[in-house]
Amino acid sequence: MKKLWKGNEAIAEAAVAAGCRYFFGYPITPQNEIPEYLSWRLPEVGGAFIQAESEVSAINMVYGAAGAGARCMTSSSSPGISLKQEGISYIAGAELPCVIVNIMRSGPGLGGIQPAQGDYFQATKGGGHGDYHPIVYAPCSIQEFVDITYSAFDIADKYRTPVMIIGDGMLGQMMEPAEIPPMRDLSTLPDKNDWAACGHSDGIPRIINSLRIEADENEEFNLRLFEKYAVIAQNETKHEYYEIDDAEIVFVAYGSVARICKAAVVELRANGIKAGLIRPITLYPYPTDAVAEVAKKDCVKKFITVEMSMGQMVEDVRLAVNGLKPVEFYGRCGGNVMMPADLVKYVKEGK
Amino acid sequence: MKIVADKPRMLTDTPLHYCPGCAHGIVHKLVAEVLDELGKVDGAIGVVPVGCSVFGYKYFKCDVLEAAHGRAPAVASAIRRVVNPDNMIFTYQGDGDLASIGMAETVHACMRGENITIIFINNGIYGMTGGQMAPTTMPGEKATTCVYGRDPKVNGNPVRMCEMLATLTGPAYIERVSVYDVPHVNKTKAAIKKAFQMQMEKKGLSFIEVVANCPTNYHMTALESMQFVKEKGCEFYPLGVYKDITKEEK
Ligand SMILES: Cc1ncc(C[n+]2csc(CCOP(=O)(O)OP(=O)(O)O)c2C)c(N)n1
Ligand code: SF4
Repeated sequence: MKKLWKGNEAIAEAAVAAGCRYFFGYPITPQNEIPEYLSWRLPEVGGAFIQAESEVSAINMVYGAAGAGARCMTSSSSPGISLKQEGISYIAGAELPCVIVNIMRSGPGLGGIQPAQGDYFQATKGGGHGDYHPIVYAPCSIQEFVDITYSAFDIADKYRTPVMIIGDGMLGQMMEPAEIPPMRDLSTLPDKNDWAACGHSDGIPRIINSLRIEADENEEFNLRLFEKYAVIAQNETKHEYYEIDDAEIVFVAYGSVARICKAAVVELRANGIKAGLIRPITLYPYPTDAVAEVAKKDCVKKFITVEMSMGQMVEDVRLAVNGLKPVEFYGRCGGNVMMPADLVKYVKEGK
Repeated sequence: MKIVADKPRMLTDTPLHYCPGCAHGIVHKLVAEVLDELGKVDGAIGVVPVGCSVFGYKYFKCDVLEAAHGRAPAVASAIRRVVNPDNMIFTYQGDGDLASIGMAETVHACMRGENITIIFINNGIYGMTGGQMAPTTMPGEKATTCVYGRDPKVNGNPVRMCEMLATLTGPAYIERVSVYDVPHVNKTKAAIKKAFQMQMEKKGLSFIEVVANCPTNYHMTALESMQFVKEKGCEFYPLGVYKDITKEEK
């Protein structure tokens, strides 16, 4: 049954439904409803919540709980996600499954608490040190947030990798009707007994570790990690095409900005301009092929990447388009949000 | 034939990489012996630090997580929520790890009174990275980042962890011990045993600080370094029980 859910609370309940029983976090706007909700909800279902002393500590708690085999998550907003990067790198290096939510605000520095998308590079290109990528999802509605959160834990377990879900203050704070999937039967969750360090008594130590001091050993690990990423790219890359078939002007946007672009597409088409939208749902792996296919089409005149940043995803769009068509950028930042009318004007007047 | 000495069941056969005479090896053995004797090797989970004991996972024959620098208490706190309450959980950390970069994680795990045991090796120096000043380097003591000796006016003051943590409500047991001679090694073993027993009885956090040596970075022989620990280390860091809630209960 659909109910009216606030974005952050819907994410929290979807995590519980997915079988997540442990949450570690530190307060920061605009994601506070996630820890607040889980602080009372998790004990109800036999789980636990810790308000950590910092985001550094919170992500390392995730390392501990995930290393002991539990479904667990943390959430934060931009400055807090910066602090978590150390832990995320270790989690990637120890191949631990977990879910991290970033309800982005504007930066750099303390920035502001209004919606922004300035953490694209940080999320998709690794963020922390070393050669790694989390899988990154960018839902655009509360229902999609719910569905992605619900499946993210399975994806994390399947590939033993951190999964990051990014939204912005708009998605986190607004309310929409959404349906939470049924509670997972915990007995159906994957068995991690062969690797999780949960205190075995069979005399075979389970080691959770990212130290590989021999160059060959570490190179081999990195190669294996990237083989895994190639499989992930094959299986998990997701995008949505909107009014693409005959589109001449193609927006590329993710998250809440994609919804603004959809409204602009409708308006432009009403004005006789054939616009369309590519909406990446996974930002890593990036739907490069989906963009490249469109770039090959004769009807397409140009791409306009729209972001609430100074232009970050636009680099991946340019790589995908590979010079076949012009790629322009339209952005607002600092917590400001573009209106559909702004995009219509930009297409019509070029500014 | 009667066996009079044996390797603890909880240690693997991997040769220790520690420098000759280093206290890390002694304390590893004591932790392993205690868990053996308490019948608590099964189910035990260790969290090892970044520092000379980073390879702890090669030596302790139990489940082990290698934590990021300073974060072991946070890692252990989360594990405590996940696993059976009867499983023994311990962290093993150096002074740079525990009292500098991980100070917040240490203090807050103590504030929460996590039912875990923290083994803290205070050798007053950053061993692994080559002898830099630690948060526990004593005034006048030389290090590669205070070559004329620590000057509190320039380098700040060292911290006495046991004294500081004893002001908190959370910890159940806090003791400072040393391993500079056999009687003290035995006392250290008794302290570690008491710490794990407190954990078994779900009394809360137990914290054992071992005033230890680092012959390599003190530029001393093993013997000289132990003499230094005895005369200087234990003078600045007095041995003793700093908190024991079982005494307070009585
Ligand atoms: C975030 C981070 N900073 C710095 C280091 C480098 N580092 C490795 S070991 C170490 C010091 C360890 O000293 P201590 O905790 O006193 O243990 P010891 O080696 O003396 O046993 C440092 C600073 C690191 N690995 N990670
Ligand atoms: S460097 Fe110091 S602390 Fe490290 S193993 Fe050698 S003697 Fe021990």
